[in-house]
Amino acid sequence: MEKTLDLSAAQQKQAVRKKITKTIVYVLLGIWAIIVLFPFYWMLLSSVKSYGDYNAESVPQFITISPTLENYLTAFTSVPLLDYFINTFIFTVATTALMLVIIVPAAFAFSRLNFRGKNLVFVLFLSLMMIPSELVIITNFVTITELDLRNTFTGLILPSVTSVFYIYLLKENFSQIPDELYYAAKVDGTGDFKYMLKVMVPICKPTVVTITILKVIECWNSYVWPRLITDDEAYFLVSNGIQEIRENGFGRENVPAMMAAVVVISLPLIILFLIFRKKIMAGVARGGTKG
Amino acid sequence: MEKNNLKAWLYLLPAMLFLGVFMVYPLIDVLIYSLEEGYNSASQTFYGIGFYNYGYVLRDPYFLQAVKNTLILVFITVPISTAIALLISLGLSSIKKLRDLFQTIYFLPYVTNTLAVGLVFMILFKPTVYNDGLVNMLLGLFGVAPIDFIDGPYWAKMLVLCIYTIWVVMPFKILIFTSAIASVPKTYYDAAMIDGTSSRRMFTSITLPMISPTVFYLVITGFIGAFKAYSDAVALFGTNLNAAEMNTIVGYVYDMLYGDGGGYPSFASAAAIILFCIVLTITCINLLVSKKKVHY
Repeated sequence: MEKTLDLSAAQQKQAVRKKITKTIVYVLLGIWAIIVLFPFYWMLLSSVKSYGDYNAESVPQFITISPTLENYLTAFTSVPLLDYFINTFIFTVATTALMLVIIVPAAFAFSRLNFRGKNLVFVLFLSLMMIPSELVIITNFVTITELDLRNTFTGLILPSVTSVFYIYLLKENFSQIPDELYYAAKVDGTGDFKYMLKVMVPICKPTVVTITILKVIECWNSYVWPRLITDDEAYFLVSNGIQEIRENGFGRENVPAMMAAVVVISLPLIILFLIFRKKIMAGVARGGTKG
Repeated sequence: MEKNNLKAWLYLLPAMLFLGVFMVYPLIDVLIYSLEEGYNSASQTFYGIGFYNYGYVLRDPYFLQAVKNTLILVFITVPISTAIALLISLGLSSIKKLRDLFQTIYFLPYVTNTLAVGLVFMILFKPTVYNDGLVNMLLGLFGVAPIDFIDGPYWAKMLVLCIYTIWVVMPFKILIFTSAIASVPKTYYDAAMIDGTSSRRMFTSITLPMISPTVFYLVITGFIGAFKAYSDAVALFGTNLNAAEMNTIVGYVYDMLYGDGGGYPSFASAAAIILFCIVLTITCINLLVSKKKVHY
């Protein structure tokens, strides 16, 4: 009788300890969640405070009683924020589309076709993955400048379209498609090009979509190359635009309006992320890195 | 399989063309640039071949400042972010409720624009007209006197840069760690449970050895990434990083190439190659160390 009592007491003690550990884990995870989310909250909050309110605060306020949208109006009217958006949109769509046109045939050749020197070329391709972009950007800058392509979309887009890593990712996926399908298509008289477009790409659609999304994120956030290659405001992308606003626009004194611009710039990707959450995270886990 | 040489090369042609022009050729060219002494970009002439550019860069106080900043940044942020990411991932793996929500939140910084969110960090640390900024207010609760984080002393600026860098790199690390921890076979833990192993022991004897390749992978990519830090610093301190004493090696390369102090592709090339050598050396050291420590 006594023994069973002891046991249940010990069990109870263990259960309590487990509960305490669990609570601590939740609290710590909650703290990190706050650290991650707080800057987003602060940018949203500051963007709806009026200019006067924000600057009159003697203590930073965590809420605002009179939210206003005037900062968003300022952000769009006093700087060409909409133009930055359109530029970024054109840049992103064109770069991503061109990249797909280039990498799909390359991945197809590596996975499906047989030719002399295939392995050697593939290894050379892979070794290019290790080349940091900082090393090649100098010559690209000179090349584009000499071709007189500064401040053009061509100059912005061309050096950004290839990605060895995505060729590799797609090739791996293409290689998983059974050979029988290819021979069956051959018997039916389907050519290689048609087979690639009508059979392989649809089968590997998840990978193609993942690559597309990752490239869109990369394009939307790109800063260094656009900064080097454009100094005409008419060709600024959002990253350069926000930097311009901060240094020469209203950003110096009108913080709420700058935060409104930041919200507008961040929103498209956050929406994209919430829609394709699973795909994006799986894609990054397979080998994306920041930047 | 039949050989179809010509057709295959045709499919590869676009990719090879672009890689050739924008990666292979620049790679060779950057080496040549770095050796051409006194290169003039206007007349495209130079008067000698040698290592003068390297010598110039290595003696340039701006470059030495950039190297110092980059090294501090690397050796502070990589260990701290890897350790915190590991702790968070262990916590995440031990819970079921709210796990998806937490994972989604933690990943959010990955998809945001570094420049844009950097401005928010600047605002958090920067004084406004009538107050010293949010961070100073919070510090004030602990009796700390207000610090000028954005235009103030060197260590304060470096602290902000480190904090923002850690915030930016965490999503990737947490994601990789959680998927590594999830892939450890559950049977190991079951066996340990039957033996009555403590949870600390389970971590040091099962989890850590099993995920050690991941730890190592994240340390290497972390080092490489931190060595290339640039846009985070621009977001916080503006484009004139030399004036703020916050330049990084990559920033130095771009400043040499273009901008107010620009027009020197030779110096930029030399600096970029020096950076590449530093990264290569550190990666090799990491590889050697990992051979002894990592269990595959």
